[in-house]
Amino acid sequence: MPDATGLELLAAELGDATLETVYFRERATLLVDPAQIRMVLAALRAKGYGFLASVHGVDHYPEEPRLGVVYELLDMSRVDRITVKLRVPVDAPRVESVAEDWPTADHQEREVYDMFGVLFDGHRDLRRILMPEDYEGHPQRRDFPLGGEPVIFTRTEARWLEKRE
Amino acid sequence: MKRDPIAPDGAAGPGLPGAEGQRDLRVQSLNARQLLRGGDLEGANQPAQLKGADLDRFVAERVLTTTLDKTVAWARSNSFFPLAFGLACCAMEQFHAAGPRMDIARFGFEAFRASPRQADLIILAGRVSIKMAPIIRRLYDQMLEPKWAISMGACCSSMGVFNNYALVPADKFLPVDVHVPGCPPRPEALMHGILKLRKMVQDDPDRGWRERYDAIGTEEAPSGA
Repeated sequence: MPDATGLELLAAELGDATLETVYFRERATLLVDPAQIRMVLAALRAKGYGFLASVHGVDHYPEEPRLGVVYELLDMSRVDRITVKLRVPVDAPRVESVAEDWPTADHQEREVYDMFGVLFDGHRDLRRILMPEDYEGHPQRRDFPLGGEPVIFTRTEARWLEKRE
Repeated sequence: MKRDPIAPDGAAGPGLPGAEGQRDLRVQSLNARQLLRGGDLEGANQPAQLKGADLDRFVAERVLTTTLDKTVAWARSNSFFPLAFGLACCAMEQFHAAGPRMDIARFGFEAFRASPRQADLIILAGRVSIKMAPIIRRLYDQMLEPKWAISMGACCSSMGVFNNYALVPADKFLPVDVHVPGCPPRPEALMHGILKLRKMVQDDPDRGWRERYDAIGTEEAPSGA
């Protein structure tokens, strides 16, 4: 984990790609420009963060910009972690795909697209991965209805109740 | 006289009545039964010599009448062939129902079939996601009739703790015969459910899912074809 000073140095090296740095409970986080995420991750890889441990989405509803994508990087030789975050508005949720550089991001970006509707530009196969292909909406968004079904048993089915009466 | 069970000289076996037209039909059937058993009725107990109450008692002790439907339902209900698949954690309990402690082989349900075409009971052991539902329906459609379905556990009956955007209750896409509650149900609960289904099949063999769901006549191959 870079300490607070190390994180500031790292942010300075990345230049205007970094929008904000957060150092909280010994976890270093960079908030970066969505258009430059690929460059940022490449620079961090050159620093030794060679393993993309996770890509996941967040919905910050009702804050704007609403949707977030979080990249967890790990330096396996120093056992050092850093979190890279970005935020995109919900009406234009476009992020550059990093699947070209990090093959592990392929399926994880598909999952973020499936659950949050973030569009990854340059992803070669951006389809739904968990929900059925004809599913409407992105179910992990916070304004998506909780869903579920009213419980129906065979004996409570309307047709069957009429017959019994 | 030792009788040969197989008649050496013609259609009328040694136990069947010949010229004696006064014997009634019950005696005839008895003699046929005696024929099957190898003609072991000798001496005073020979049915041909019994009269009145003795004859009635002899018949009541040895003959059981039933209908073919009941016999078929009895055979079917004691030899369910469940489809071997599990959807989630309930499947663990399902395996244990087949294991040595619960041992549903005692009732004749142990033959879990790997193909839906050999199975006549589908046990939905776990949660059914919207994506999985058409596949399960396809498995169910491939099973030969008569077929039954057990919805095991809270998830596929009432969606349980997963009552959200991803799941669908089994009743939405399958005619379920028995719901086994629990999260997950213990193996003995599943066994109880199967025994309930057995009782249902034995007591009311005509009440298949087609009758319950007004689906008579929707068979792909119409009966009689």
